[in-house]
Amino acid sequence: MSALRILVPVKRVIDYAVKPRINKAMTGVETVGVKHSMNPFDELSVEESVRIREEKRAPGGVEDICTISAGPAKSQDVIRTALAMGIDRGIHVELKEGEELEPLTVAKLLKATVEAEKSNLVLLGKQSIDDDAGQTGQMLAGLLGWPQATQASKVEFGEGDSVLVTQEIDGGVETVRAKLPMVVTTDLRLNTPRFAKLPNIMKAKKKKLDKKTLADFGLTSEKKLKILKVTEPPVRQGGGKVEDVGGLVSKLKELGAL
Amino acid sequence: MTPPNPVLRRQVIAIYKGYQAACPPSMCCVRADGYPELLYLGRDYPLGYDYFRPRLHKAFMSKAGERDDEAIKKGLAHAEFVKKDATADPFRRYYLKRYRTLRKRYDPDA
Repeated sequence: MSALRILVPVKRVIDYAVKPRINKAMTGVETVGVKHSMNPFDELSVEESVRIREEKRAPGGVEDICTISAGPAKSQDVIRTALAMGIDRGIHVELKEGEELEPLTVAKLLKATVEAEKSNLVLLGKQSIDDDAGQTGQMLAGLLGWPQATQASKVEFGEGDSVLVTQEIDGGVETVRAKLPMVVTTDLRLNTPRFAKLPNIMKAKKKKLDKKTLADFGLTSEKKLKILKVTEPPVRQGGGKVEDVGGLVSKLKELGAL
Repeated sequence: MTPPNPVLRRQVIAIYKGYQAACPPSMCCVRADGYPELLYLGRDYPLGYDYFRPRLHKAFMSKAGERDDEAIKKGLAHAEFVKKDATADPFRRYYLKRYRTLRKRYDPDA
């Protein structure tokens, strides 16, 4: 029975409660001066990793929980939040302000980290609430050649390195079993993330945080996709009232429905 | 109409207005923990007390004719549930709000 070495990637995104605005160039969403926080799905995976240790769920025990985030200098806040919630140490891959990574680049970055840190379980959010690509976990599993369990609503550990993951599907649940090492992505109903308490926030400031750059992993932020245009969804057109049945019929005829 | 079960009647009034109102002063049965009752909790209702109070009253009045003990007990359990929701700690409510927002955002039928 091997001890768990969990890797929990996190992303700094625009806070869920903020209504995003499209920038003037119509190339993306305005991020300057907007409140940011940890991606809610990542928060679930942070919470789950800490709970696996606290509840002693893994028979082999948890040896290490490490978090990683790639983003501008402010992404450190998100890593510190994760550390305050109970993660042991963090890695910050610093990007320039405004530099964005595609899911494939992130997956390659995570693959290199998994190999360097000798992780055997990667717990990550199923998607980020800004790009909503929902690809990173799957791509990472593909690159590593590991089994994957997506949209987990329950994670259990069994005999001989087996992991049982329950996912909610239409009209029921589906349970998948795989052996470590594996990739698990988290869904909304997995748990309720905790609020970091002040003493833990203070302690988190002393936890180890390694700084790296993309070049350390032999990667660049080169993009394979090009965003052509970002627009607001169309505004809903209000309906109209008709006086009587005759009015309704003539309206329907006018619209060509009759 | 049969007279209501006095024990249950007292419990219903207790959860509505508080234990003081439910018992005559001679029969002092104020709970030591001072657990707040629905009418009191409504003072902080987001839409205002004037919105909350008639609605709470209506909710209780609509079942005033209930004489079936089991149904009353069910109603009491529901009142406890409503109370628990109103007294949930703010962090839990914050997460609940976020959870609901996200669920609705990604699943329009939810």
